[in-house]
Amino acid sequence: MNTVIFRTIAPTLAAIMLVFSIFVLLRGHNEPGGGFIGGLIAASAVAIYGIGASVTEVRRAIRLDPLSIAGVGVVLAGASGLVSAFFDVPFMTSQWLAFEFADSEVVLSTPMIFDIGVYLVVFGTISAVALALEEPEQ
Amino acid sequence: MVDLFLVLSGITVALAFGLALYRFVAGPLAVDRVVAFDTLTIISVTGIVLVALAANRIVYLDVALVYALLSFLGVIVAARYLEGGE
Repeated sequence: MNTVIFRTIAPTLAAIMLVFSIFVLLRGHNEPGGGFIGGLIAASAVAIYGIGASVTEVRRAIRLDPLSIAGVGVVLAGASGLVSAFFDVPFMTSQWLAFEFADSEVVLSTPMIFDIGVYLVVFGTISAVALALEEPEQ
Repeated sequence: MVDLFLVLSGITVALAFGLALYRFVAGPLAVDRVVAFDTLTIISVTGIVLVALAANRIVYLDVALVYALLSFLGVIVAARYLEGGE
């Protein structure tokens, strides 16, 4: 769309939405949120940027093919379940790792890695669909 | 005092919603309906924020934020379709 207002605001809005999507993703375990809704917000950021700028510019900005991002997400989500194999418990049993870092407690877990995988899958798939729809027909 | 203001703003939001809904139903052109739809979503976001205040649940504010961001995308796509999809 060729309006000055939208072309100016689209990159800023996309950046804010991407940051918010990561916030929603990382908050997801104990409060509302998670990988799926975070991925949806990030994909809509890509869609807004694609309408405001152009599809080629979006493809240059995210560097990787969206579908390969989705593939990495599937591998990540599956690999997070394999961690439990080292502890002699059933597949996908949660493993937690808590440590002190800079005066605050950081808690890492396999559900978080699984959630990041879901985020990448949703982001890759939905933005691949959105970019394919926005691309001018040959 | 806070309760009074909550009730007053609730009445205002309901009035605005009714007016925008009338334009959404009656609007002679598709453009009128798109603008009315945008107005309706903004008024809904206001309603969600009021509910968050009344129920004292911070989480509802995130719902309002996500709704505001995503409804913008919907209106953009509708505007592009009306423009002729170039």
